[in-house]
Amino acid sequence: MNDSILASYVVPVHPHPLLVPEQNEGWQRLRDAFDEARDQIAASDADLIIVYSTTWPSIIGHQIQADPNPTWTLVDQDFHDLGSMDYSFRIDVEFAEAWNKANHSRGLQSRTVAYNGFPIDVGSVVALKLLNPDNRIPAVIVSSNVYANRAETTVLAKACLDVLGKMGKKAVAVTAMSMSNRMFTEFIEAGDDKIHSLKDDEWNRKVLEFLEEGRLEDVAQLSRTIHQQIRVQKVVTFKPMWWLSAMNDNRNDLTGKVLAYEALYGAGGAVVHLDPTSNGKGDKEYDEDDVETYQGERNVLDSEENDASVAESSSNTGPALWNPAEGEDAVNTESAPKPVGLYPHARRVGDLLYLSGVGPRQPGTNAIPGGPIRDGNGSPLEYDIKEQTRAVVENIARILEEAGSSMEKVVDVTSFLVDMDRDFAGYNEVWAETLGHYGPTRTTLAIRALPTPIAVEMKVIAKI
Amino acid sequence: MAKGSIVAGCLAPHPPHLVYAENPPQNEPNSEGGWEQLRWGYERLRDSLAKIDHDVLVILSPHWQTYVGTHFLGLPHFEGLSVDPIFPNLFRYSYDINIDVELSKAIHDKAAEAGLAVKMMNNPDFRIDYGTITTGHMVNPAFDKPLVVISSNRSRHYYSVEVMQEMMMELGRATRDAILESGKKAVVLASNSLSHRHFTTESDVPEDMSREHIASHAMHLWDMRIIDYMRTGQAQRIIDEMPEFTEQAIAESDGGGLTWLLSTLTVPDYPAILHGYGTIIGTGNAIVEWPCYAHEEV
Repeated sequence: MNDSILASYVVPVHPHPLLVPEQNEGWQRLRDAFDEARDQIAASDADLIIVYSTTWPSIIGHQIQADPNPTWTLVDQDFHDLGSMDYSFRIDVEFAEAWNKANHSRGLQSRTVAYNGFPIDVGSVVALKLLNPDNRIPAVIVSSNVYANRAETTVLAKACLDVLGKMGKKAVAVTAMSMSNRMFTEFIEAGDDKIHSLKDDEWNRKVLEFLEEGRLEDVAQLSRTIHQQIRVQKVVTFKPMWWLSAMNDNRNDLTGKVLAYEALYGAGGAVVHLDPTSNGKGDKEYDEDDVETYQGERNVLDSEENDASVAESSSNTGPALWNPAEGEDAVNTESAPKPVGLYPHARRVGDLLYLSGVGPRQPGTNAIPGGPIRDGNGSPLEYDIKEQTRAVVENIARILEEAGSSMEKVVDVTSFLVDMDRDFAGYNEVWAETLGHYGPTRTTLAIRALPTPIAVEMKVIAKI
Repeated sequence: MAKGSIVAGCLAPHPPHLVYAENPPQNEPNSEGGWEQLRWGYERLRDSLAKIDHDVLVILSPHWQTYVGTHFLGLPHFEGLSVDPIFPNLFRYSYDINIDVELSKAIHDKAAEAGLAVKMMNNPDFRIDYGTITTGHMVNPAFDKPLVVISSNRSRHYYSVEVMQEMMMELGRATRDAILESGKKAVVLASNSLSHRHFTTESDVPEDMSREHIASHAMHLWDMRIIDYMRTGQAQRIIDEMPEFTEQAIAESDGGGLTWLLSTLTVPDYPAILHGYGTIIGTGNAIVEWPCYAHEEV
C-alpha cells in the first residue's frame, strides 16, 4: 500500500461557493465544507496538492500544468454575471515534469503546458482558491482526457504514485467534479436552487453513502453506471473516480466523511474527505484488470506502417500451432483453426459437446479477420471487434457441424474480452445477430490477454 | 430604415491549426504551414465575401459552451490573449474585437420573445473562446467588421439532437428576424466541423501533413453525404438526418451551429459553394458558403 496520499477530496466545480456563497444557504454550506477541508489540508504534512479536474478536458493524452506561477482572471462561461476570479497559483514544476516522464514510461500520451495566459479551468480555480488560498502548498493540475478509458486513467494515477514515491513527497489528491451534473436549463433565483430531479438526488445520496463508508473502489467500479444514470453526456464522464481510486490503491476500506452535499444550479455538489486510514471493515478483492502499462492508443497516425505489420502478424506471430489432440470422444476438423496447445477442438460427453476456447483465427492461413490487436513487437494495433466476433462464431459453427450439432443446440457460452470498455458493444451487437438469436445462456468476462493477438474468444457447451 | 438582410451564410470551422498554419502576427507560435487545402478554401471564401457588401458577422461558436440558456457578448469591445486549452502549443492569439451590441441585443430580445432562455454577457474580464476567434480570423483577419457572438447551448447533451434542433431552429428564426429588422447586412457563420473524431496523438511537427487523414472511412462517408446535400441544395435533408449524423459521426453539429445556420437561411433549397474540405487531426472540416444574395430578395 502506498503511503504517499495523506488525504483525498472530492469537490464541486461550479463557482458559486467561491463567488456568492451568501446567496444560498446550500452554497454557504459547501463553502463551509471547503473551509473545513482547507483547514484539514493545512494541518497535514502535505508537500503537494494534486488536482484532477473534469473541467479541463484534453484530447492529446493528458496535460499537466507546469507554469510555475499561472496568473490570470477567469470568468465562467455560464455564470459570468457572478463575477471574475483572479488567480495566481504556485505549481510544483519539478513534479509536473517528472509525472509527465513517468506517464510516457508507462505508455501514456502526456505533455506539460507552461504558457502565459493558459486558461486554468474553473474546477481547478475554485478548488485551489478555496483549499489552498495562500498557496502554502504547491499544486499540480492534470486534465481529464475525453477519450481515456479506465486503463488509461488508472495508469495515469500509477505514474503519479511512481513520482511521489521516488521524490518522497506526501500529497493530497483532489478530484474537481460534480456528482449528478444536470443543471437547470432555465434561469433560476439563487434561493430556488435544488437538485434537478429526485432521481439524481437519490443516486447522489447512494454514491455519497458509499464514499462515507470508504468504498471508493466500489464507486469507481460503478462509474460507468453512475454516468449513464445521472450524468448529462458531456465530454468528460465520471472517470475521476477511476483516478482517485487508483491513487488510493483501489481500496474499499478508507475512512470517508461527506462534509457537504448541496445543489449547484441543479447539479449535485459534494465535498467529501477520504482518509486513507483503514476503517477496519474488510476490504474486498479488487477484480478489475490491474493494468500497469497503457496499451490503448491504436497509433492511428502510423496507419501505413501498421498496415504492413498487420499482414505480417496475421500469419507469423503468436505461439506455435499444434495438431488437435486425438481421443475416443474428441472432435476435430480441418475447417477450424489449429489449437495453440495439445487439446481437441471439442469433446463429446454423453449428449453434450464441450468446445475448447474458440477464437477468430482462420483455418489454414491463421489470419485474424478484423486484424490482430498487437504487432509482433507488442505494439497495439487498430482492430475490428465485430469482424473478430463474427469469425469466432463461424469457427464455432464449423466445429459444431463436424460434431453433428448446430448453432440452435448451443446451451451455454462463456466469452472472454481483452478490452471490455472498447469492445463490449461491438461484440454484443454481433452476438445478437448470431448466437444470441438461438438463446443460449452467456457469461462475458474481461481478461488481461489471450495467447494469440486476438480480442475475443468463446467457450461453448452444446447438445449433440 | 431599409430592410436588413442575410447576404451569406457560411459553415466556417474553427480548428486553431488553421490560424497556426497561417503564421499571423497575432498568434505567437510559428509553423511551416500545413492544412493548405482548408486554408486556401478560406481564401476563396474571403474573396467571395469581399465582393458582398456586409456590415456585421454573426458567429455561433461551439467553444463558448453554455448549459443554462444561450448567451450573447454584450459589450462593445474585447481584447486580450486567447490560449487554446487543448492545443496551447498551436494557439496563443492576441485578439482585439468589436461587437455589434445593438444587433446582439436585438437577437437576444427576439429569442427571449420566442421563449428561449437567453442572457447578455456583460463581464469585461470575459475571455472570448478560441472557436470564435479562429473563425473570425479566417473569415476576416483584419477584424475590421463588428461581430455578434452567440454561445452554444448544450441542449443536445441535456436532451437530444431533436430538442437541440427545435431550439436552434427557433434561435435561427429569431436571428433572422432581428437582422431583417436591423437594416444591416449580415454574414452568418456556424463555427463547427463536421465529423469530429480526433486522433489522440499528435505528430512531433503538428503540421506534418503525411500524418493527416480522416479518422475513419465511416466519418468520410458521412462528411461527403452532408456536403453533397449542401452542394445540391438539400438542406432539409441535413436537418432530417441530423440525429444520425450527430451520433454516428460524433459530429460537432451537436453544438447546434449548423442547424442554427440553416434556420437563419430558412433551410435553403439552392446549392451552396464548397470552398474547401480537409481533415484536422482526424476531424472532417468543410468551408461552405450559401450565397443568399443571389437567391433571396435583398
